[in-house]
Amino acid sequence: MRRLPLLLATLCVLALVTASLFIGGYDIDLRALFTDPEARRMFLISRVPRTLALVLAAAAMAVSGVIMQMLVQNRFVEPTTTGTSEWAALGVLLLTLLVPGASPLLKMGAASAFAFAGALVFLVVLGRIGLKSQVIVPIVGIMLGALVSAATLYIASSTNLLQMLATWRSGGFSSVVRGNYEPLWVVGAIVVGLYLLADRFTIAGLGRSTATSLGLPYRRIMFIGLIMVALAAGVTTVVVGFIPFLGLIVPNLVSMARGDDVRGNLPWVVLSSVALMIACDLVGRLIVFPLEIPATVVLGAFGAVVFVAMILRQRGKAHV
Amino acid sequence: MIEFTDIRKVYGDDTVLGPVSGRIPAGGVTSLVGPNGAGKSTLLTIIGRLAEPTSGTVTVDGLDVHRAKSQDVARTLSVLRQENHFTARVTVRELVSFGRFPHSRGRLTREDVTHVDDALDFLHLGDLQHRYLDQLSGGQRQRAYVAMVLAQDTRYVLLDEPLNNLDMKHSVRMMAQLRRAADELGKTVVLIVHDINFAAAYSDRIIALRDGRIAASDTVEAMMRAEVLTEVFDTPVRIHEVDGTRTAVYYR
Repeated sequence: MRRLPLLLATLCVLALVTASLFIGGYDIDLRALFTDPEARRMFLISRVPRTLALVLAAAAMAVSGVIMQMLVQNRFVEPTTTGTSEWAALGVLLLTLLVPGASPLLKMGAASAFAFAGALVFLVVLGRIGLKSQVIVPIVGIMLGALVSAATLYIASSTNLLQMLATWRSGGFSSVVRGNYEPLWVVGAIVVGLYLLADRFTIAGLGRSTATSLGLPYRRIMFIGLIMVALAAGVTTVVVGFIPFLGLIVPNLVSMARGDDVRGNLPWVVLSSVALMIACDLVGRLIVFPLEIPATVVLGAFGAVVFVAMILRQRGKAHV
Repeated sequence: MIEFTDIRKVYGDDTVLGPVSGRIPAGGVTSLVGPNGAGKSTLLTIIGRLAEPTSGTVTVDGLDVHRAKSQDVARTLSVLRQENHFTARVTVRELVSFGRFPHSRGRLTREDVTHVDDALDFLHLGDLQHRYLDQLSGGQRQRAYVAMVLAQDTRYVLLDEPLNNLDMKHSVRMMAQLRRAADELGKTVVLIVHDINFAAAYSDRIIALRDGRIAASDTVEAMMRAEVLTEVFDTPVRIHEVDGTRTAVYYR
């Protein structure tokens, strides 16, 4: 019986996945898939990659959010509120300048390396100012991100790469086709990694002293966690650009409902973020059909509202 | 036995502790007392290997806590420190189960579950076990953390100001429970207490620090003397016998 809600949630996500597979500018239905080779080709080149990218990117952001929230001990951190994604973008831009025509894999490497460095910068800055307020931490992160973005923008504008930057950053999922989304599969490995290390991340969330007292190698967990976040954020940034707030709102809503047991929450966090991501993508595709609004824009609008609501809710509590 | 030798902690030009050396025998309750900035907390966190000393060594039952594997130390010694501006949303039972982490690495055996149940019982947390920490009062949360430490089942238990933020009633209960942990479970409890009379009422030994040095260290009997406490706290203290316990009076 305890599995039932999870089963229902999975069915919901599958329904959304199916909808995502069959909705689009090019009319494809199940029958056409078997009779029309052109439709099948379209389906495999565009629809399947797009949907898989949605699923994997959503999982990546959710998992990054969970890990960062435990490691930083703050509810409001995730790659887009800590500057991590912005650093990844800077990494890609610099690589494009230095190595024009770099392979996607190399781009991802650069993005992840910069994301990792960015996460470290964020942690060092936090350590220096010794903040106690839950709400100020993401503001510091967003400010850092804005600084990095400004640098990125400046470099892009002085090297005539502004247009590339703009297309790529708002690109979202419409440009995902076979051949450019595959690196996202690394997210699968990260999800498995998180499942295996879940207890350690939960314990890290109790704070450095408690974790050390329990014999957890705190620095090592911190390092592993940041690597996982950097990879997830780096890869996602390269393939689909920024996905705002997803890693923040989903883990928090799940935490409110079920607590912070990372392992038990993992299926819920992944399923809910996939559902939300696909839903936003579908909304974006349907409201101005046959044109589309990027899923990230829909998500940003929705996420911002939830983010503000969460901050207001937090202010009602004692710990701010 | 806890043995610390030539411990020093230096920040820049500022020596906050040491050099200090000393021993805390196994068994019983030992309180660290002293004025603010005396180095109590620094000493406790160094013994509990939450901070590295600038120099010196700490051994607990012969185990060098700063060099041995963290997991091995975690089966000998546990340390509880105030640090929570962030309250993880875990239930009391989940928290106490984490106490078994050094033994089970996350996969609870039947023996682990027994330890968790015992710890919950010992601190009367049975009714609260499925509540989230952020739904508890400060005193209840403190008890949950102590239960976690007891479930960890280490011979040595270090606590940094466990009475912080507790009212009179909860302070008395907490001290009584720590005393019982020493008497009934054979733990060696080392804690920092601000109130010298609490220390005297529930401890076997008192270590007094002042200006980063050990000013005096002895049995409660020997420590609860006017001249000793006046010197340690740099404020006139008189001792009165109240209900058979030596009590410090320093209010005016």
